[in-house]
Amino acid sequence: MNTLWPRIEPLLDRVEKPARYIGMERGMRRPQHDAERVSWLLMYPDTYEVGQPNQGLQILYEILNERPDALAERTFAPWIDLEGELRAHDLPLFSLENHVAASEFDVLAFNLAAELTYTNVLNCIDLAGVPVRAAERGPRDPLVMAGGHCTYNPEPMADFVDAFAIGDGEELAGEITEVIGAWKARGARHREAVLHELATVPGVYVPSMYEVSHEGPFQVLTPRFADVPAMVDKRTVADLGDWPYPKNQLVPLVEVVHDRLNVEIFRGCTRGCRFCQAGMITRPVRERPADQVRTMVEEGLSRTGYDDVSLTSLSSADFSGVDGLVADLVNEQSGCGNVSLSLPSLRVDAFTVGIASEIQKVRRTGLTFAPEAGTWRMRQVINKLITEEDLYAAADAAFAAGWRRLKLYFLTGLPTEMDEDTLGIAELAKNVVEIGRGYTKKASCTASLGGFVPKPHTPFQWFGQNSVEEMARKIGLLRTALRATRADLRWHDPEASFVEGIASRGDRRVGAVIERVWRRGGVFQEWSEHFRLDLWLEAMAEAGLDPDWYVTRHREEGEPLPWDHVSAGLHSDFLWLDWKAALAEHGLPDCRWTPCYDCGVCTDYALEHVVASATPPAGGSQGTGQDLARGGAVPVVISTPGAFGRLSAPDARRTAESSEG
Amino acid sequence: MKGDRGFPVRLRFTKRGRVRFISHRDVARALERAFRVEGLPLAFTEGFAPRPKVSFGLALPTGYESDAEYLDAGLTEEVDLDDLITGVSASLPEGMGVADAVFLEPRAASLQRAVTSVSYVVQAVWSGDDARDPSDVEAWIQNTLRADALPVVVQRKGTEVIEDLRPAILHLSIGSTGVPDETPEGPVREGPIPERHVTEGVTLQLEVSTQPKSIRPTEVLGTLDAGPERPFRAGNGLRVATIVRTAQWIERDGSRLCPLEADTRQRAEVGAR
Ligand code: SF4
Repeated sequence: MNTLWPRIEPLLDRVEKPARYIGMERGMRRPQHDAERVSWLLMYPDTYEVGQPNQGLQILYEILNERPDALAERTFAPWIDLEGELRAHDLPLFSLENHVAASEFDVLAFNLAAELTYTNVLNCIDLAGVPVRAAERGPRDPLVMAGGHCTYNPEPMADFVDAFAIGDGEELAGEITEVIGAWKARGARHREAVLHELATVPGVYVPSMYEVSHEGPFQVLTPRFADVPAMVDKRTVADLGDWPYPKNQLVPLVEVVHDRLNVEIFRGCTRGCRFCQAGMITRPVRERPADQVRTMVEEGLSRTGYDDVSLTSLSSADFSGVDGLVADLVNEQSGCGNVSLSLPSLRVDAFTVGIASEIQKVRRTGLTFAPEAGTWRMRQVINKLITEEDLYAAADAAFAAGWRRLKLYFLTGLPTEMDEDTLGIAELAKNVVEIGRGYTKKASCTASLGGFVPKPHTPFQWFGQNSVEEMARKIGLLRTALRATRADLRWHDPEASFVEGIASRGDRRVGAVIERVWRRGGVFQEWSEHFRLDLWLEAMAEAGLDPDWYVTRHREEGEPLPWDHVSAGLHSDFLWLDWKAALAEHGLPDCRWTPCYDCGVCTDYALEHVVASATPPAGGSQGTGQDLARGGAVPVVISTPGAFGRLSAPDARRTAESSEG
Repeated sequence: MKGDRGFPVRLRFTKRGRVRFISHRDVARALERAFRVEGLPLAFTEGFAPRPKVSFGLALPTGYESDAEYLDAGLTEEVDLDDLITGVSASLPEGMGVADAVFLEPRAASLQRAVTSVSYVVQAVWSGDDARDPSDVEAWIQNTLRADALPVVVQRKGTEVIEDLRPAILHLSIGSTGVPDETPEGPVREGPIPERHVTEGVTLQLEVSTQPKSIRPTEVLGTLDAGPERPFRAGNGLRVATIVRTAQWIERDGSRLCPLEADTRQRAEVGAR
């Protein structure tokens, strides 16, 4: 183990935010490397501030470091200035714990949470001194692996990643460690041998173990060996209660996004919003036992010194018995004073605002809701069954409780969206401000508009994304409609959504495009100041690919999809029927509290939704079309220790924003 | 105010080694978290967003080390200062530690207002082919001290302004090599990591005043060679390797005190009002 620190240190005097590269956080381990242990370098392909709070990364860091046969360190994409210094001084990418060269690790494990970070992955592999193409790597090179939500369509990155880990990583990381450890013990000679063996681990996809053939314009994969699965099923841990991680959340020395204690209260979401990949691929719902949540909050706060804790999940107010939990936490914490609690991803209703006011006794500045679309018709199409009354009641309750600034999340470019749906967004925003002005002159409302990018494994996977022009036109409509009103509009760059669309539903051919963009310096594409549409369009043209074929084209029923060999447990006919139901403007209830509609997840994995209490939260009827507000008997299993299971962290940034309070 | 009737303390803490790369704000956050981990009975401000009553002295620029950082904190009850020193130090990042603590007069002037000057030890090394005679440096020091004015262009809040550095330079000399193990206030108790202290090159002792405003040592060093080579910049010439703040001073009524000597009270007096 050779530390590069003495050579790196002088460079840090010359870069922005040098503390990104020093490690030293409370909770950090400095593992000793030895030949017997499988060494993992966990990498998030964006800056430290964006990547460090990733819960999946923190969980794996602890689980691996607790194993006697493994060790884990971390690294992030170095900012442009340090990258320049490293290249100029012939230094490689390094780990933060021991400042060891990345190429000294057995595994480089990337977290793929956003498509626009793909070029950074290539840059990190290259900075590690490892060939970017998997086919060019030799026996001495580390294995390049990837996990995270984007791996549900692994194909665009298939040329660069040796093996993908799909689904929850808690158990899988250990199984992969064992395979690699045994291979190392045998002398680690043939790369092909370990890759083949990894391909037989459930949940692992090894692109090189498949033959690519063409059916018309489509690519189809067939396993090269009998023991390699034709369909790779995601991994799901059955009971979150078995995995109380992170136990020692790292406390960054520099300010990061979500700079607080994060305790995951459940995985999965059954509301079934049709645009939402996170909700679809993390089924079924697995709630953490309420007692464990309390312990994790208490111990986490006293270990980290944070004064801010967030109960994270895709829709935290949906946790069964959330009011009891929150009341307990607020009472327990009130003793040691001044600890603030937040629930990200609030549902849109007055009940939720009640919880929010309970926990946020001070600093009631901003609150965020996500109605997602402007009209009831549109919300039925996307299955976000929030009525205008729900929203206005929530807004009224929020302003009455003292909040002054509401932020509303919307998507544009949704299937069947008409201009009146788009303009409905302006109506909602204006009405919300009016409600607020009944309470305070300072009331304001910001509508934040994202461009819809269809994602694999959702009912909208067949939908042709809006073109850049169409999205820009819709943004223009709203800008005009909200000009000279008291509501503001923020929007996401439609060009960035377009590129996200290329990678989101791309096939293996898109790999060449990613490589070209990277070779021409297109890194940090998530950062608007570095984003370059021209590089992507040029690279598509040079690869002989038509961007519209990938992005704006509607897919046909039965057409081969690039992610057909990956299963999130959802039957493809369930998704197709749900797509048809969307076009017919039919909503579908939350299956946690109402009878099953057979999406496939629970039955195929022999799992069930695990909830902490049989009583749905008040207001939990929202989107079910039923009145469950008073609770009652529902067809669910109560979580018992040692029963069931889990998945990876939701889209971090968005969750963070929606919890701002 | 309520907190004023509590138990204000003043701490001296250190920032050595690689932790020098964190910013002043990061230092403040790390200390506040360490206080919470230790369960220190911090007093809070009143109002909508109560903040712990902790106030820091002069900001130390990112990248500088220090043996002499100070902060004042309001406590709601008396604590054993030795326990505080050990406990908080254990919860701070490597390289940071509480070295000393005293109880403070309730109405002590804030560090920002009270401190009149600070001392630094600057270690510079020759780099590139540009190694020169140290007597050049000696000559520069003499010129600097003889000058009536030393106008330089400096960055203030993002804009360039011309400032006369001379009045702020209280002391400038070539010192012995190496950073002293002992500061004027006694030995550093917790974890200084002198991992990058070089012995080749030049060691300078510098004291600059902080009133009415403070100047940075690098601004003084920048005048060593105003020519195209700019010796204290990256590249050839004399390059700053380390800057360590070694002391802060309160000049008051003709005496020179360290912040732990000014406005402090004995433990026995605590609470006796
Ligand atoms: S409620 Fe949120 S997480 Fe659940 S499906 Fe809808 S958008 Fe996705």
